[in-house]
Formats: sequence, C-alpha cells, structure tokens
Amino acid sequence: MSILVDKHTRLLVQGITGKEGTFHTQEMMAYGTQVVAGVTPGKGGQWAAGKVPVFDTVQEAVEATNANASIIYVPARFAADAILEAADAGLPLVVCITEGVPTQDMIRTCAYLDQKGTRLIGPNCPGLITPGESKVGIMPGTIHKPGPVGVVSRSGTLTYEVVYALTLRGIGQSTCVGIGGDPIIGSDFINILTLFEDDPLTEQVVLIGEIGGNDEERAAEFIAAKMSKPVTAFIAGRTAPPGKRMGHAGAIIQGGSGLAADKIAALEAVGVQVAKHPEQIPDLVAANR
Amino acid sequence: MKLHEYQSKRLFAKFGVPIPQGQVASSPQDARRIAQELGGPVVVKSQVLVGGRGKAGGIKLAATPDQAYQVASQILGMQIKGLTVKQVLIDQASDIQQEIYLGIVIDRAQRRAVMMASSEGGVEIEQVAQENPQAIIRVTIDPFLGLRGYQANQIAMGIGLPREQFREFAKIANGLYQAFQAYDASLAEINPLIVDKDGKLLAVDGKMLIDDNALFRHPDLAEMRDLDEEAESEREARLAGLSYVDLDGEIGCMVNGAGLAMTTMDLTKLFDGSPANFLDIGGGAGADKVATALRIILADPKVKAVLFNIFGGITRCDQVAQGILAALDQVQPDLPMVARLVGTNEEQGRAILDQSPYKLITAQTLADAAKKAVAASKADIARA
Repeated sequence: MSILVDKHTRLLVQGITGKEGTFHTQEMMAYGTQVVAGVTPGKGGQWAAGKVPVFDTVQEAVEATNANASIIYVPARFAADAILEAADAGLPLVVCITEGVPTQDMIRTCAYLDQKGTRLIGPNCPGLITPGESKVGIMPGTIHKPGPVGVVSRSGTLTYEVVYALTLRGIGQSTCVGIGGDPIIGSDFINILTLFEDDPLTEQVVLIGEIGGNDEERAAEFIAAKMSKPVTAFIAGRTAPPGKRMGHAGAIIQGGSGLAADKIAALEAVGVQVAKHPEQIPDLVAANR
Repeated sequence: MKLHEYQSKRLFAKFGVPIPQGQVASSPQDARRIAQELGGPVVVKSQVLVGGRGKAGGIKLAATPDQAYQVASQILGMQIKGLTVKQVLIDQASDIQQEIYLGIVIDRAQRRAVMMASSEGGVEIEQVAQENPQAIIRVTIDPFLGLRGYQANQIAMGIGLPREQFREFAKIANGLYQAFQAYDASLAEINPLIVDKDGKLLAVDGKMLIDDNALFRHPDLAEMRDLDEEAESEREARLAGLSYVDLDGEIGCMVNGAGLAMTTMDLTKLFDGSPANFLDIGGGAGADKVATALRIILADPKVKAVLFNIFGGITRCDQVAQGILAALDQVQPDLPMVARLVGTNEEQGRAILDQSPYKLITAQTLADAAKKAVAASKADIARA
C-alpha cells in the first residue's frame, strides 16, 4: 500500500475543466491513476479527458462514483472553499496543489478539517505519488520507481531532483509526499513521518526541508522519540538572507528563527544525516541499507 | 507587504484602538504647521519600513513648532539602513508611565493566530523572548470564536495592569485582532502600548504586515505599497510573475522551483562562489519570461557568470532551451553561462543549446553545473 494513495485510490478532480485541471487529469490517467470524477460548478453533465464524468458538486460526485480522495486545481481565491466542500462531502484525503491561498483562509480551513477528521496535503504542493500505483499530483511520473524509500518534502522541483538521483541509483520510492511551501499546511513533517514509520513497505525516509518555521526542528524531536527507521535529510536555503521570502510563502527567516543552519543542527543532533547537496542523498541512503 | 507606522496605526484606529493625534509631513514647513495645529510638544518619527529607527536617530521629540521644523529637516532625507526618509509622522507627545508590548503573530506549528503581550514594551520582542521569556504572555486565538473576553483579561493580569484598566485593554486587544483579521495581516503589533499619566492606554507605535497572498482582496491596501520596500529589480520581477531576491554575489541564477533555486544558490557557495540572486521562474516559463529574467539578472553589475538550472517535469527542456536562446538573442549577454537542463526532452534541449552561437557551457549534474559556473566567474574567459 505504502501511504495515503495506491491502486485503490479513486480520485476526484476539483477544477477539472480548467487548464491545469484538464492537463493534469490526462497526465494522472496516463500514469495509471483511477480518476473517477471531476467537479466544476455549473458544468455538471459534461465529460472531461474523454471519459471522466463532471459533476456540479463534490457531494454528487462522491455519491455517484465512490470517490475516496480529491485533488484541487482551483484558483487561490476559491481554493479554501473547495477544500471545505471536499471535507463536507466526507472525503478522507484532500490534496491541494494551488499556490497563493491566503494564510488566514488556511488557518480556518485546517481548524475545520481537524474537526471533520479530513487529511489535507498542501496547499502549494506538487501532490503525492506511490510509484507504479497512483500519481495524485503534478510530479513527472517517469523519474519515480517503486521501492523502499519514503520521501517527504516542502518543495516541488527540488523533490524531483532528489527522487531522480535515487532512481538513477536504482533506489526506488514507496511514496513521495510534497507537503507544500506555505506557512500553514494541512500535513506537516511529523504527520507524514508517522505514516512512514507505520508503513511496512517503507524502510527509510528522506526529508527535504528549507528555511522558515520550525517544522524540521519538531520533526527532529519526533525522529528521536518515535522513529526506528533511518532518516536522511537535505535543507535548502543555507545562503538565504534574513527577512526575505524566498519564493515559497513559508520560506522566510524571521526574528532570528527559521535558519537552515539551526534545522541542520537539530537534525544532526538526533542522528539524521544531512546531505551537503541533493546528489549526495543516494550515497547516504545506500549506506543505510 | 509592509505598512508604515502611520498606515498601521490608522487601520488599528478604525477598530477602536486609541492612537495619538498626528499627521504625516514631507517637509520641515509641514512639520512646523502640524506641530502648531497639534499644540504642545510633538514626536517627529521617520516613516521607513525598517526597525531600529529610534536607535538610528530617526525618532526625536520637539518641544515647539520651530524645533519640529529643525528636527524634521534633520530627519527628512536621512538614510536609515539603506532607506531614505521621505516622510515623518508628527504625533502629539505623550507622558509615558508604562510601556507594554502587544502583538498578534501566526504560530505555524499550532496553525493559529497567537496574541502575545509583555510588560517590557518598547524593546524588540525577540530580545525579551531570549532574555526573559517568562515576561511574555501568550494566548492562542480560536479562528471561529475569536479572542475571548477571559483571554483579554488573562493578558491584562499577566502584564500587571490594574483591574480598572481591564476593560480599556480588552477593547484594544479586540480592536487589534479585528484589524488583524479584517486586513489579512500576518503580523500586527503595538510596541509600545503606553499607559499615560492619566492612566489611559494609547498605541504610540504600530506595525502591520499584510499577507501577500491576500492582497487580491484588499486593493486599497495593495495601493498603499511603498515602492521603496523592494529593490527596483525585485519589483520588476514581481510584476513579471517571477520570484527574485537580490543578493551580494557574482553568480546569477535562474531556476524553476523555489526549493531548487535556494539549493542552486547554496551550491554556488559550497563550491567557493557566491550567489548574485535568487530567481524562481516557475513552471512552464516561455521565452519572454526567460528573457525578462535574464535581463534582470544581467542588469546586476556584480554578475560575472549565469547559471541556468532547470528540472523539466511538465516543463520540456527543449522548450526551455528555445526560450533561453530567444532570450539571449534579445538580451545579447557578454558573460559565460552554464546551462543544466534535466528531465523531459533533455537531449533535445542540450542539442539546441550546443548549436547556439553563444558560449553556453553545459553540465549534467547540479554539482557540476555549480562548479563550472564558479570557475567561469573567476576565470578571465574570452567572450563568444
């Protein structure tokens, strides 16, 4: 199974008729993901990508198709609402790709989803993939291969860089999860590490972090207290200046905290090997096997 | 997006936070006139988007309108941390008996807004957090219920206010939170909130940071942006849909993806160079965007070499290569350039670059590309 998504995932695409939604639905289906429904309010009754039924609401889509996960390609101003709609329809997993969602929208949305018991991945993330089974996101499927390494990351293309290096080395991935680059996200490192620790198909984990916040530091505490499986890390932003947002809304050093050096120190202190550059990761991972 | 002190205070005042009477002046004559209208001693406060204005001499008392003229003429035009003072706020001076810190921040781990207060006002809160963390009271605000009355009282008691002031304090705390919500702030601070000699509370300073992601729903706030907040290059990049941060080094970087862009910067340093910038061109960048990005990088006189690092997933490397060539035709750069294209159609991409008349050094791995860029920046290479 690996974690969160597999060949039994029945995916619903919110925003399916938009440019991003259309393109990525085709890509996900080409990879082998079961895309069973799409939702665009007002376009119910149409067909997307030739064979995916489009509904007006998530509720209708779930009732008609038994979808059990949703991916959201909806503009930022509507994305939080789309997440809430998915939660209200009872979906256990929602993946929000959208970048630019207002932070206070996400404070409210995450609080609500906690009450509903819905798991959110993102926003501002590339999604997740269980290689060979299900791609729920925008990552290039071809660089992945099934295997025993779990990957969890705040980045997009940096994750692909690391995954590609692992694949070229013959080291496959169980599931790769992009948790997103925003300051307020649905699932943090600890949430995903917990799942990897409990997953029989994952033997070790690669963690890709960056400046801003203290998620990596909290992950280090969790790794020390609760994880038996080895963790290898890479942290981007050693040369980032303070006070400047480096692309991702959550990648900012503020008031002396969120520095890459502090994250690296916290992880190394609990026995995590931190690579000096991403292409070193396969060496470190291979040494753990 | 940063707001000036005077902007933040006026927005707080809309929600019932008491602020001093005052007006903004951009000339010493205005400063004198305003001081006259206000009557009594005033404070002349530089309005620049940096901290430490007081220490830099940018905040001074003036007992008379003529003194206000003199003080304003000293402060206007002053440079504080690289920014020129173009405006000063002339506020009625207060008789300060006590200084309190009151602020709202976003706690990422809890995913909540948190209100913090300390009886050590007028000092940087990070300093208090380091030296005397017990002096800071924190309450977590429920996003649906808002700030509870008992939470405001908890803070008031925690910072040692007498019972007679609880109500007034609660009004201010509520007003601050309402402003925080109404304007989609990521930070809202009153430092100091003072108690004057009559026992009245007054927000003598104010600071608010607005969430950039929310500006689409606050066009009035977006209009208030002070263009001095960003370097010209950063502004041009932002308007072109690029993420760009100016740095001090000599290797210009162009990358797709923020994490990968930071990594690329880090690697130039790892191999004994230094990044000139952070630049994320995002996904699916076409020739025009690449050209704009390249122009911005090359406008930086410190740049001695350019490093392109593109990981093509959905983005096709051959299209990126076409974009780079079209950009080079437009911009006609005279510097060594290293291009690393990996992913979809990478062979086609590299072939396109190899055939170009420009001297483009290609690399396979990220580390190799960074090393080559650093070497190119240091060597005296004959231009193509």
